Amino acid sequence: MQPPSAWWFGLLPVAFVGVFFAWPLLTVLHRGLSPEGLDVLGSAATWRVVRFTTVQALLSTALTVALGLPAAYAVHRLDFRGRRLVLSMLTVPFVLPTVVVGAAFRALLPESWTGTLAAIVVAHVFFNIAVVVRVVGGFWTHLDHRWEDAARTLGAGPLTVWRTVTWPLLRPAVLAASALVFLFTFTSFGVVLVLGGPTTTTIEVEIYRRTVQLFDLPGAATLCVLQILAVLLVLVVAGRLQRRLSVRQRLARASVALRPVRAAADRTVLAVTLVEAVLVALPVLALVAQSFRVGDHWGLDWWRALGVEGPTTRDVAAWDSIRVSLSYAAAAVLIAVVVGGAAACAIAYTRRGGDLLDTGLMLPLGTSAVTVGFGLLITFAVPPVDLRGSWIIVPIGQALVAIPLVVRTVLPVLRSLDPRLREVAATLGSSPARTWRSIDLPVLSRALGVGAGFAAAVSLGEFGATSFLARTDAPTLPIQIGRLLSRPGEVNSGQAAALSVVLVVVTALAVLATERLRHPSAGAL
Amino acid sequence: MVPAMHLTSHRRSAVVLVLASSALLAACGTSSSTDASGSPSPTVVPSTFAPTTVTLLTHDSFAVTKSLLTDFTARTGITVKIVMEGDAGELVNKAALTAGNPEGDALFGVDNTLLSRALEAGVFDPYVSPAAASVPSALKVATKDAVTPVDYGDVCVNLDDRWFAAHKVTPPTTLADLTKPEYKNLLVVENAATSSPGLAFLLATIARYGENGYLGYWGQLRANGVKVVNGWTEAYEDTFSGGGGKGTRPIVVSYASSPPAEIVYAPDPKPTKPSTSVMTDGCFRQVEYAGVLKGTKNPLAARAVVDWLLSPAVQADVPLSMFVLPAVPGTPLPKVFTDFAATPADPLTLDPATIDKNRSAWIDAWDQVTLR
Repeated sequence: MQPPSAWWFGLLPVAFVGVFFAWPLLTVLHRGLSPEGLDVLGSAATWRVVRFTTVQALLSTALTVALGLPAAYAVHRLDFRGRRLVLSMLTVPFVLPTVVVGAAFRALLPESWTGTLAAIVVAHVFFNIAVVVRVVGGFWTHLDHRWEDAARTLGAGPLTVWRTVTWPLLRPAVLAASALVFLFTFTSFGVVLVLGGPTTTTIEVEIYRRTVQLFDLPGAATLCVLQILAVLLVLVVAGRLQRRLSVRQRLARASVALRPVRAAADRTVLAVTLVEAVLVALPVLALVAQSFRVGDHWGLDWWRALGVEGPTTRDVAAWDSIRVSLSYAAAAVLIAVVVGGAAACAIAYTRRGGDLLDTGLMLPLGTSAVTVGFGLLITFAVPPVDLRGSWIIVPIGQALVAIPLVVRTVLPVLRSLDPRLREVAATLGSSPARTWRSIDLPVLSRALGVGAGFAAAVSLGEFGATSFLARTDAPTLPIQIGRLLSRPGEVNSGQAAALSVVLVVVTALAVLATERLRHPSAGAL
Repeated sequence: MVPAMHLTSHRRSAVVLVLASSALLAACGTSSSTDASGSPSPTVVPSTFAPTTVTLLTHDSFAVTKSLLTDFTARTGITVKIVMEGDAGELVNKAALTAGNPEGDALFGVDNTLLSRALEAGVFDPYVSPAAASVPSALKVATKDAVTPVDYGDVCVNLDDRWFAAHKVTPPTTLADLTKPEYKNLLVVENAATSSPGLAFLLATIARYGENGYLGYWGQLRANGVKVVNGWTEAYEDTFSGGGGKGTRPIVVSYASSPPAEIVYAPDPKPTKPSTSVMTDGCFRQVEYAGVLKGTKNPLAARAVVDWLLSPAVQADVPLSMFVLPAVPGTPLPKVFTDFAATPADPLTLDPATIDKNRSAWIDAWDQVTLR
């Protein structure tokens, strides 16, 4: 059954992505694409970069999913003390700006690791484990555990239950998470720029280099198209698979699904998860330690310095950066939740058009941020829509990155809604709008809460796209941290560490707050 | 956070009003300062303006003491809005893409490795501040009287003095020394493809050894174990052993002003002298310029901002704000600079047009020899 408003839901996301992504992208590609740009494709160096990009993305994705699944199970299905803390610990890395993590990683990893494939893969796993835990776990929470119980009652061992019941139900979510992680790592920018070496570079970094260092717009445009085509291929394949594997099921209430740790298998999974949480926390702990380390003793000097507005224009009081970051985040979350929520509905309710929209919304993730940034710069340059230098361009850019995450979080839940629920409501005389309100909306808003948390995290920690978009005179927290790190001496690195800890805390609070902003009837299903 | 955004939008509408009124003023100003051919006539920049705002586009390293800005506003009526556009390359490329329809009114931070790209793209409305009359002509080479030199600095090899003392090794003094076996595996440099000091050091070797010789030199450096990392932070803070760096290599490509910066940014109590020194051979000179952006609606006020960058107060401020040296000779320097900053007698340079023409090919060739 297809609610009559399905196409209306699609209008908003199509307009948003069309105006703020497709139009600027086409403008800049139109300006850049030329026969001479094709020379890039003939160079052996380019194909080395393409090969490295693919290899590291495949390795990173496989490892992230392998380590993320047990953790997703533990924090979303098992009832143990400190569950929420472990979930937060695993989520925090996703929101850390790459400049900060890069510095922390370089301090923790042996010097011989710098610039190696291993360093990049480890950092990618660190960053993206949250994606698997959240996307798969969010779905896992709502799996009706009675299916598994039934299988167990019928004599199936844990492995058989997993193979025949849990895994088939879970596959769409795992696939969705894998596709996201692959996209993130395939188009990785900050991690590769900071942790990678001169020979370990991705297409995204190469586009940046050609655009910013060489002003080789034709070459950059060609690579940009190449990257988009590769991303499209992955998206189409993943989308097909996901649709084919999706199983309609009745979703359970989250709290009911948690169960105590009893089986030996559960204990093993829990132990693995705790180890992962500790490992993931290490770079953050290193930052906390650094923020209190003054010369050869411990002290509050860097923390005190945060509150003091320094003498030059580059010294911004921490409060100002926090205020700016939160303002952007509020706007970005609003845009991402409204546009992403509408998009998820449109995709879930339609067939062919929905797939197309789904893929279209994912494209900003797979497109070079510097290309889109330059596109916005030349597209919205004519009054009355001269958005350059306007603050709104920043949350718009962040929302472009956050919308696919919102869609990914909401879509599996929405798709699994048993259509018979709607049919029953309709039979009982409920209008389509009322049916949507009472059946879809509660599920939707619950998933949107998680999506909003993601969007807040993306906005607060985002460094890549923001740094290419129009800048106002007020820097966000990650940008201010980046500026401090680019100056020498302990005064700057100490303050950068303290400000990074502030960012972690602000983000954790914002994610928690947005996740609580759920529809009052959420969970009443 | 909502009130904060309201505040911003209020401020914004005030700025719009100011801009609108200044556009009217500027319209009168433009007709008198530009003749029919579009080239600037030597109109004197007025010393006071009706309240107006000038947007100054610059890079992420720009800094100036805040009180100098407020003094300037009080004296002239011009409020300077500073917009940091990323690194110098990003700044210049954005300006080149929007040439004629600029994001701001004036630009500071294009350097001699990027200048000819900006000039070719027609980014600037030619203007040289009268205050630049005393600036040495070496800093004005190839500016085509379109921009004004504001400051300069040298990219030089830095040495960890403590390491050399502890290991009883004589520090290197020339570029050629770096290929000698006693300095094997001691040097870390930045990637010329992704880092500004990295590119400057590559240019220094091209200036020294010529287009036919520099690749041979880099081949020797590679054989001698040079380490290449992506950026300055990775090189100085993570791989270099001196200056508070956490690494193990005692030779790094950095700036002539890094030793004073080491003192300024050290935690209290400050050390009395830096732990690092500068090798004064093989330094590459970087000059930074400011200019008026073509298409600005506020050209006279933009000129006043360029003049202000050359004023004695701002010139005296640049060493400690940006760790570069003032372009105007005779500007008093802070003690930490006179004591510890190196002044290479004969820094290396290359013509900006030559750099722009060959940059890509040089970097690709360097990449092949040094990294593959």
